[in-house]
Amino acid sequence: MRFPAISLLLLGFTTSGYAVEFSILRPQQSSLAFVSRQMGVSVDGDFKRFKASIAVDPAKPEMGKARIDIDVASIDVGGAEAYEEVVGASWFDVAKYPNASFVSGKVTRIAPGRYEVAGKMTIRNVTRDVKAPFTLEQKGDTLVIDGAFPIKRLDYAIGSGIWSDTDTVADEVSIKFHFTLASKM
Amino acid sequence: MTDRYTRTAVALHWLIALLIFAAFPLGVYMHDLPLSPYKLRLFSYHKWIGVTVFMLAVLRVTWRATHRPPSMPGTMADWEKLAAHTTHYALYVLILIVPVSGWLMSSAKGFQTVWFGVLPLPDLVGKDKELGDMLLEVHKVLSYLLFGLVLAHIGAALKHHFIERDDVLVRMIPFLRKRP
Repeated sequence: MRFPAISLLLLGFTTSGYAVEFSILRPQQSSLAFVSRQMGVSVDGDFKRFKASIAVDPAKPEMGKARIDIDVASIDVGGAEAYEEVVGASWFDVAKYPNASFVSGKVTRIAPGRYEVAGKMTIRNVTRDVKAPFTLEQKGDTLVIDGAFPIKRLDYAIGSGIWSDTDTVADEVSIKFHFTLASKM
Repeated sequence: MTDRYTRTAVALHWLIALLIFAAFPLGVYMHDLPLSPYKLRLFSYHKWIGVTVFMLAVLRVTWRATHRPPSMPGTMADWEKLAAHTTHYALYVLILIVPVSGWLMSSAKGFQTVWFGVLPLPDLVGKDKELGDMLLEVHKVLSYLLFGLVLAHIGAALKHHFIERDDVLVRMIPFLRKRP
């Protein structure tokens, strides 16, 4: 008898109110980048490997949840010499702290299509509260999340010792995220 | 008056000379330093000097094209005149293209050039590792060539002054008295 199974499925559909949850990350169309300032000059970098467990229903973004886990060793700062330096002890200390993460908390709507997620950012085992504004946009069968927020690198002891001089490398670093999600259907 | 360079030409000549003597050793020195805020600062200073040289070089070449320099002493052999002219033109070209090669290299390596941390120069090429490494070689070779020619230029000026005992050096140094 197939009938009960189908009715159960239909029931599921009606209670969810035609909600479509987007939760499958398309890594090729997603990025996690940052912009630092060195001697007054913006320098781009990014993390090549990260896991993003995101579940957002565009009809109810306030209910969305996200957890981002970053493989810190996948950082790209545009050069081998700089890479050796930033994965080292005075910067990210990848040997000791291989992962960084972001865990979302409350999501609030700030304008049509614009939201802000509060959450906890952990780098080098230091956890701080952050707030990240972002936009949601449905493009074809995908949902695109785009946003940026500043952090202070010294809050997480990123770049200690000689590098704590913020005249050369500024304290503020802008984190830019771009996630493309597909729905389960 | 064609027996002396104009004040503008003299000022630009010495300003550019001074900056080359700052930028070249700085470039050689900073290149091999371990990465540190100090190194980043030196790189910025080197780039700022380079942009300044380029701007002065544009003025200098424009000035040279519109103002006839004093002619070379008649005592010089034709091959000497040819060598002098060739060196001068090579120097004019190099003070323009050495900074440009550095600027392009910087863009290719992902570091925009911002003059004195204030005036951003556009990135004419995008971030590209292979191009960056290639431009580094180009910048290096051209810089050594420039510095080599500067040394030859100085040698020739000293030879004029102390061996030929003519006015060639004096006319570029206004406060030296003209030989009788």
